[in-house]
Amino acid sequence: MAAATSGMYRKEKSIQLKSSSAALYNNLSVLPLPGRQLTCFSTVHGPSLSMVTADGLGFSHRQLQAKEGGMTVSTSLLTQAAWCVLPSRVLLVLTSQKGIQMYESDGSIMVYWHALDVTEHPPAQAVFARGIAAAGGRFICVGTSSGLVLVFDIPPKGTNIMVSEVLERHCDAITDIAAELGQAPDGAGDLVTADDAGTLCVWSTGEEFALLSKIPAFGCTCSSVKLWNGIVAAGYGNGQIRLYEATTGLLRAEVNAHARWIYALDLAPQTGKLLSGAEDSFVHVWKLSRNLDTDDVEVEHCHGECVTDTQVCGARFCDPEGNSFAVTGYDLSEIFRYGRT
Amino acid sequence: MSARTLPLLFLNLGGEMLYILDQRLRAQSIPGDKARKDEWTDVDRKRVMNDIITTMFNKKFMEELFKPQELYSKKALRTVYDRLAHASIMRLNQASMDKLYDLMTMAFKYQVLLCPRPKDILLVTFNHLDAIKDFIRDAPGILNQVDETFRQLTETYSCLSAGEFQLIRQTLLIFFQDMHIRVSIFLKDKVQNSNGRFVLPISGPVPWGTEVPGLIRMFNHNGDEVKRTEFTTGGNYVLPQREGSFDLYGDRVLKLGTNMYSVSRPVETHMSGSSKNLASHAKENIVPNPLAKEELNFLARLLGGLEIQKPGGSETGFRLNLFTTDEEEENAALTRPEELSYKVINIEATQEPGRRAELSRIMGELEVAEPRPGSAGKGEELLALMDGL
Repeated sequence: MAAATSGMYRKEKSIQLKSSSAALYNNLSVLPLPGRQLTCFSTVHGPSLSMVTADGLGFSHRQLQAKEGGMTVSTSLLTQAAWCVLPSRVLLVLTSQKGIQMYESDGSIMVYWHALDVTEHPPAQAVFARGIAAAGGRFICVGTSSGLVLVFDIPPKGTNIMVSEVLERHCDAITDIAAELGQAPDGAGDLVTADDAGTLCVWSTGEEFALLSKIPAFGCTCSSVKLWNGIVAAGYGNGQIRLYEATTGLLRAEVNAHARWIYALDLAPQTGKLLSGAEDSFVHVWKLSRNLDTDDVEVEHCHGECVTDTQVCGARFCDPEGNSFAVTGYDLSEIFRYGRT
Repeated sequence: MSARTLPLLFLNLGGEMLYILDQRLRAQSIPGDKARKDEWTDVDRKRVMNDIITTMFNKKFMEELFKPQELYSKKALRTVYDRLAHASIMRLNQASMDKLYDLMTMAFKYQVLLCPRPKDILLVTFNHLDAIKDFIRDAPGILNQVDETFRQLTETYSCLSAGEFQLIRQTLLIFFQDMHIRVSIFLKDKVQNSNGRFVLPISGPVPWGTEVPGLIRMFNHNGDEVKRTEFTTGGNYVLPQREGSFDLYGDRVLKLGTNMYSVSRPVETHMSGSSKNLASHAKENIVPNPLAKEELNFLARLLGGLEIQKPGGSETGFRLNLFTTDEEEENAALTRPEELSYKVINIEATQEPGRRAELSRIMGELEVAEPRPGSAGKGEELLALMDGL
């Protein structure tokens, strides 16, 4: 089947995985390590994490069986994994049906384990953690299926991690969390949380988090969210991407981007490029910008890629300018890579 | 993950099983007056279908099924269908049962994957139930049971949000992960590639509630639209004409879940070159879930207690073969790849000899297969028996 491209990116060598990717939101995390000329990729499937490190010459694989409390092998399913980059350290965070685990970035040592409180969920409801982001240069925020956002205070080193706050403004399962990747305008928040109903909350982080605005749902799940220069980019179950003003919650753009449920969004902070991947097999690259005169938000389509016969479940830029990106899909034991021509 | 997945999985897989059995029974049936003692007739076929459907929609079993719970493993679920397939006078060898289960699971995997909206899985389920009601249209007693299940589905699922349905769908997709068995009817219809992966179309109607991709709208501070642009993709989508009906009766619109088999189309699977990725299979064996086995015992026992044996009949005479010849079936059993073995758990339904005698006695009193209004009564007798378990 012919791929639909506009020539801006071309397909590069794929990365083989030891196991296939699960159909879960935001199921690809990428950690570029330009200083060491390495890039790390990870996806989840079942109770394990598939990690690959690429160094331009070859690949090395690592499988992480999520352990609970460091003892028994887990029978719990992972929902997501993400590298959280803080000024002093990088942690690999895994969320599952049982709770939240944090590892050193290479997955070698578990530094923290937080069990979910099953009793705070009604009996027939699924219990899991989902939605991971580093925020405010000091915190890691993780969402739960009951709508809570747990804020963990992360010391520069060591295992003395603590829950500093619990945010209780969502009534539905958290889907994704994103921190400001660029420069927040004055008064704008630096964290956005999204849930199953499609409600978005914009926060300012700190010793105490404050809710700045709440963007109401319109009937569709928001599965993925990004925040850049005060613009919230949200991907929805009806295939739309919507851009909002973080300060006011005002809708600034509406894109009929995909024919199916969006599963992943990513943003390249140095250029404002936005990447979207969905169940419809397509991955699109967009360009966000601000009109300096009118202060209007603009979005244009740059590139489209059809990942044949694949329901995309993860898509990430591999560098801060958005010159390359990686994609994976349900049942796929590969990560496809694309680079600027 | 979602605790409401099992009823949908069970009913849809059960529906596919009935489509396949019906097709095979029709393909192998001989007109009644010409049939030898060990050959299938139309009357036998209807009897088998009625028996299996009655068992499948058993009230107590359904109650148990609808309780919020985690999904069983593929192995554990296979044992439930083993029991279900043997709820009547029909017998299947291991190889045929394996093939049947492969076909059922690949068919439902396809349906789940291609559902336009996660909520449409409910429409797929209703398509299966509509077809099941057609199979038993001459037996009003069983019809009632199916309608009751329909009501239960509506009660359980109609209030779920799109996000919760997507979680159910994601749970199902985890269950089906890494299954790439090639099914000849799918290959012929070009819905499956030769590598076992399904074809995902990028044209046709978008899901109900989704817009055709292509339009970008931008708004100013006052909420007025100030700019409108379009982009093109490789896809070729149109808006759907109408939404499928979620009522007891209605046009479902969606074709997924309807019967794609007919007498003339063979149901074959290809073992070679299938599932190369074995990681998930291997892991399933390493960490058995003792709780699932407990519950499995209970469900399998429920079904085992409803087993009807043909009095004095030779077992081999009423065997159904999912392959074209006995030799093929034998060969399939010998050459099935190790990684695709379901390693069926053999659970002896604890039936005392006295109970078997009781069942035989009841069987002896029943006439062969003309559907009667009294068939509802038969169900109650068996239930009463089961209560005594």
